[in-house]
Amino acid sequence: MTLNESLPLLMLASSLVPGVVIFFLAETRFALRTTLNVAGAILKLLLIGYMLWGVVEGQSYVFRHTVLPGLELVLEADALAMLFVTLSAALWLLTTLYAVGYLERSPHRSRFFGFFSLCVTATIGVALAGNLFTFFFFYELLTLSTYPLIVHRGTEAAIRAGNIYLAYALTGGAVLLTGVVWLYGLLGEVEFAYGGVVAAMGPEYHGQLRIIFLLLIAGLGVKAALVPLHGWLPQAMVAPAPVSALLHAVAVVKAGAFGIVRVVYEVYGVEFAQSLDLLTPLAVVAAVTIIWGSLRALWQDDLKRRLAYSTVSQVAYIILGVALFGPLGTIGGVVHLVHQGIMKITLFFCAGNYAETLGIHKVTEINGAGRRMPWTSVAFSVGAFGMIGLPLTAGYVSKSYLTQGAEMAGMAWAGWVLTASGLLNALYFLPILYRLWFKSQPQAWPNEHILARGRKETALLLLIPPLVTAAATIAAAVFADTNWSPLFWAKIVATKEYLLE
Amino acid sequence: MRDPAPWLILFPLIWASLAFLRGQGRGGRLAVAGLTIQLVLAALLAEQIASDGARSYTVGGWGAPLGIDLYADGLAGVLLLLTQIVALPLVVYARAYFAIHPDGISYFWPLTGYLLAAMNALFLSADIFNIYVTLELLGLTAVGLVAAGGGAGPVGAALRYLLVTLLGSGAFLLGVALVYGTYGSMSLQVLTPLINADAPAAVFIAAGLMLVGLLLKTALFPFHFWLPPAHGGAPAPVSALLSALVVKASFYLILRLWLHAFAPLVTTVAAQLLGFLGMAAILWGSVMAIRQTRLKMLIAYSTVAQVGYLFLLFPLITDTNPAAAASALQGGVMQLVAHALAKAAMFAAAGTIILSIGRDDITRLGGVSTRLPLTLFTFALAGLTLAGLPPSGGFIAKWLLITGASGSDQWGWVVVMISGGLLSAAYVCRVLRQAFLSIEAGTKFSPVSRVLEWSAFLLASMSLLLGLRSTEVLGLLESE
Repeated sequence: MTLNESLPLLMLASSLVPGVVIFFLAETRFALRTTLNVAGAILKLLLIGYMLWGVVEGQSYVFRHTVLPGLELVLEADALAMLFVTLSAALWLLTTLYAVGYLERSPHRSRFFGFFSLCVTATIGVALAGNLFTFFFFYELLTLSTYPLIVHRGTEAAIRAGNIYLAYALTGGAVLLTGVVWLYGLLGEVEFAYGGVVAAMGPEYHGQLRIIFLLLIAGLGVKAALVPLHGWLPQAMVAPAPVSALLHAVAVVKAGAFGIVRVVYEVYGVEFAQSLDLLTPLAVVAAVTIIWGSLRALWQDDLKRRLAYSTVSQVAYIILGVALFGPLGTIGGVVHLVHQGIMKITLFFCAGNYAETLGIHKVTEINGAGRRMPWTSVAFSVGAFGMIGLPLTAGYVSKSYLTQGAEMAGMAWAGWVLTASGLLNALYFLPILYRLWFKSQPQAWPNEHILARGRKETALLLLIPPLVTAAATIAAAVFADTNWSPLFWAKIVATKEYLLE
Repeated sequence: MRDPAPWLILFPLIWASLAFLRGQGRGGRLAVAGLTIQLVLAALLAEQIASDGARSYTVGGWGAPLGIDLYADGLAGVLLLLTQIVALPLVVYARAYFAIHPDGISYFWPLTGYLLAAMNALFLSADIFNIYVTLELLGLTAVGLVAAGGGAGPVGAALRYLLVTLLGSGAFLLGVALVYGTYGSMSLQVLTPLINADAPAAVFIAAGLMLVGLLLKTALFPFHFWLPPAHGGAPAPVSALLSALVVKASFYLILRLWLHAFAPLVTTVAAQLLGFLGMAAILWGSVMAIRQTRLKMLIAYSTVAQVGYLFLLFPLITDTNPAAAASALQGGVMQLVAHALAKAAMFAAAGTIILSIGRDDITRLGGVSTRLPLTLFTFALAGLTLAGLPPSGGFIAKWLLITGASGSDQWGWVVVMISGGLLSAAYVCRVLRQAFLSIEAGTKFSPVSRVLEWSAFLLASMSLLLGLRSTEVLGLLESE
């Protein structure tokens, strides 16, 4: 096996191996467990750094394993995969640090970090999947490895949420499987390729291809939380904060959105999908999801539930970008995959900090927390501004590309949807910021945690991750035109998908 | 031992008899040693089949029609290897199990040895009378193992099981007699060219009788009624052996006769009927599993459902295009293998849980996730295979079966397989969700030996890794 073949495998192994070892560690082996976790995450980032450079240089990193005659597991690091992998690995490192701080002294940490690593492994697999079979393989693994994280606390509510999640995700997986097998039956092999692979099929297959598209998108839409398949996401909020952060920013929801990107661009091909009239309905579903998520978010008093509905809405931006025919929409959608991740993880880290430090779970309890926890609140504000799409934040970059994409695609209504959503975002985020900064503190916080002794606002491990991602939110906008921004990478992807080279 | 096949029958006979002579409850070490050798033999045989194709042996130098012939092709090779692979960790498990909970150990070792000898002989038999003999022996030893569990429940279940197994082999024997009366031979090699679509009515009746007899023993819906009490009531190692292997033996015969000797007689209607019964088994078994309150009964009903999957094979291989049929056949055999490994693991894990908390109540499993994490993990991994989720062997099986169904445009079966998988996930989750709850007040977890936990885990991980290494199994299966 050459180095280029083994790199994608190493990428999986750098989280799989620590995960498996951690399962067998005693609870008390704190130092070893943390070292393993962090070492794995850093090794993964180093591998990614090397591969990013390689991909730009035109190297190809492909690993193949024959599962059945004519059926292969393929891991391939192409431009789109690297975008998602980089996002996942970077946020994994931060979330791991955060989780170490968050779970201090709580039980079953070995189990938690074991599944946490498996979850990241599955996400990396989803990102690197080179064909539809491999994608499905890791997509289901992702479902399974997140279940123990959601039920981690073992309370009745956590278990109910876990079961709802599993019911949604497995049913979605079953629908997806039907579509995948059907497509394999027609084509023999469905490897992802720029410009798509099904366009060559004759017109007599177009009816079938439309049904298959519907099955694939419905299966993926469950994880991507497209309305009306989003019911599990707000329930899953009972999970510990690092899990929510990972679920919303990197793993589950993103895997669904990423799958839709793959299906539209690299299975069907965007031009062929357009010619089958599949993109407009997809755009409509995305638009409905954007508005519905934002509307529901308005009424939530529970902070994490509000953020969850916001995720429903924001992830649909990605889908909308995908469905807008034209490179600008593509750039907007693909770059939002990254931007939404860093912004949303910031918000969830902060929500976790409020809950862990002061016992704040509700929007109405947050009055005056800005003065008590200034750094956390600064990070939260940056994340919220990003979600609204204010200039100098990552959200602004995504949104401007999406709006231009909508115009170019001749779907001006989509531009209006985005504007309305920005307005709604402002309506549900600004009151929180107002309460944070301008209301006075209550007599006592709901449950001030022991961690908050002394003058520190909270534990350092809880504070650094949101500050880093908040800084990244701004950096992604300020340095958008440089050669190492997510935007630059999204442009590379769009160039390839439209075969413009 | 240039010819491992006869030794695969003789070895378990020898150690079973020695164990019997050593007295009640003794002989566990013999069994472990014997099975280790058997595993090597089965691996040798599999390698020979894979490189040189199917093999025949004449025992003692006397060939058919006078002597006894043995015949091993790829399918037999797969099943022989599977049997030894599943049985070895199970006997290791059984030694640890009976050390804690000695009920039912009295004749466990000799009976297990005879059972394995009968099963190995059944896979290797080349004529229908020998098949009958091995089938009878297999049934009787299995009944013995269930009855040895003691108590009114197991004995009642064993009696019912005895009735069914005698009825089943009786029907089979009647069929054998009719075939012998028509053609004057019982050797499959002789019969295969003689039987054709214009065969006299007696042969059709014979085939029908043999099929029904075998269906009874395989516990296909609606003949499943005896299975849950027998498998759910026996000691855990016995349940594991029966659910994982014994029901597969009679299925193997159905498949073998369907594909070869009786192939000219089979009709699309019969195939569709078997498929429908399979579907009914999946639905009924799964729904009943979801409704059970006892852990082992849930697993036993799961066997009823999983056996149903095996029968979805027949509509897919009968009068369909060769590519779809080949894929479906591979899928069916993978399902058989994956289920055997997973079900053995699942019963073993359940046994460990029950030993530790001293009860068999699904609604009161709180704390298992923290006190017996490895065992619960084992249970969950086995559950993955049953639900057909990646990366398990069950997933590959389902993929192949669905490919076969969609390739022959039988979309109804696709829906059945996919919804069956979801139902399996539902009953597996019922157990998991309870296990994740916190410990109920007053529950005491007595410590269990690591051997119990790890032998079950080994089985479960094999069922999982099978998904990544299925080419080897399918390669062996294809060797003619």
